[in-house]
Amino acid sequence: MNGIHDLGGMDGFGPVEPEPDEPAFHAAWEGRVMAINRAMGAAGAWNIDMARDARERLPAAFAITASYYQRWERAMENQVVGAGLVAADELASGHARTPAKLLPRPPLRADKLDPVMTRGSFARQAAKEPRFRAGDRVRTKNINPETHTRLPRYARNHPGIVERVQGYHVFPDRSALGQGDAAEWLYTVVFDATELWGADADPTLKVSIEAFEPYLEKA
Amino acid sequence: MAGHDHDHHHEHGSELSETELRVRALETVLTEKGYVDPAALDAIVEAYQTRIGPRNGAAVVARAWVDPAFRQALLDDATKAIGTLGHVSAVGDHLVAVANTLERHNVIVCTLCSCYPWEMLGLPPVWYKAAPYRSRVVKDPRGVLADFGLRLPETTEIRVWDSTAETRFLVLPMRPEGTDGWSEAELAELVTRDSMIGTGLPASPSAK
Repeated sequence: MNGIHDLGGMDGFGPVEPEPDEPAFHAAWEGRVMAINRAMGAAGAWNIDMARDARERLPAAFAITASYYQRWERAMENQVVGAGLVAADELASGHARTPAKLLPRPPLRADKLDPVMTRGSFARQAAKEPRFRAGDRVRTKNINPETHTRLPRYARNHPGIVERVQGYHVFPDRSALGQGDAAEWLYTVVFDATELWGADADPTLKVSIEAFEPYLEKA
Repeated sequence: MAGHDHDHHHEHGSELSETELRVRALETVLTEKGYVDPAALDAIVEAYQTRIGPRNGAAVVARAWVDPAFRQALLDDATKAIGTLGHVSAVGDHLVAVANTLERHNVIVCTLCSCYPWEMLGLPPVWYKAAPYRSRVVKDPRGVLADFGLRLPETTEIRVWDSTAETRFLVLPMRPEGTDGWSEAELAELVTRDSMIGTGLPASPSAK
């Protein structure tokens, strides 16, 4: 969706402000939010694409002013209620009132953290040949789905060059909708900045995205 | 809305902000229903506070600086190469190491969310997740690098990698001059987090 999360190329957000000796969390609740998201994912309540989709569907005016972990927290409220895992009035009262639903996997235990602390694999056994090879000229499609996609707006409808074939990976646009983890070929596609931003762009700049095959056509 | 989150105000005599209350309610309900175990949440938080941070990435970079065969293996398949280093935590799939050279400087971003090589660098800093960096680095990277006090030669190619899938990127910075004969452990001390994102360079050996 063309949401406020898709920030590449926007102006007006001011300078980057690095923070010396930044802590892992700025408040205890931030750590709880991060950990709850990991634990719920480990139990199979949602996958990474569904979680991103839920954050992207937060109201734009909230999302642009909320902090990172505030967005995570609010999205998880929507996810647990939307999936029927928790009733809205339970969140309001702060206590469980109804029985739990069965999740696909058992709850994460402290002595079995490894599965969540090491990233899983998003590669799948290839079911078809890749359509493109390194060096091929391609063009990104002009798509504007109202659902989740990983093709950023700034990189749509532009010619680029396939630099790497990264493998056959779970396709987020379908996975976010709960349509399973059917995969597509994934490529690193590189663009000249002058193609993305016009003749005044930095001539020494190249930008690449990780593009799934359905985002691409032959140039 | 901004006005709905009073994180710095204590309304109604409460000692907790609205966000803290919401997080507490969410965790309590999920715990009472048996979906999460608070001890597991504690352990995840603790891992990121103590074990998983940029020293992991620094050890990988230092090894690549002293061992040309490892460097090549890292650039060919970073996940596989790091798996051969016993002292670095396991790294998941699809890590891609990209090498800085005199001709090319690499910078990592995720414009759509905040994808970041957590296992190598720990949790991303706030600026990496925030709008100023994500919006501007794909269009005006030299301006962004200037915010970090980094100015590159005008002829250096800048390559920005937007992490739009589950591939993760780690910048392999150039080994600083004046470090001949340094041990791997000494070299790792020079490797800053930002030098592995591309928004900085390794620390100068003379500053050590």
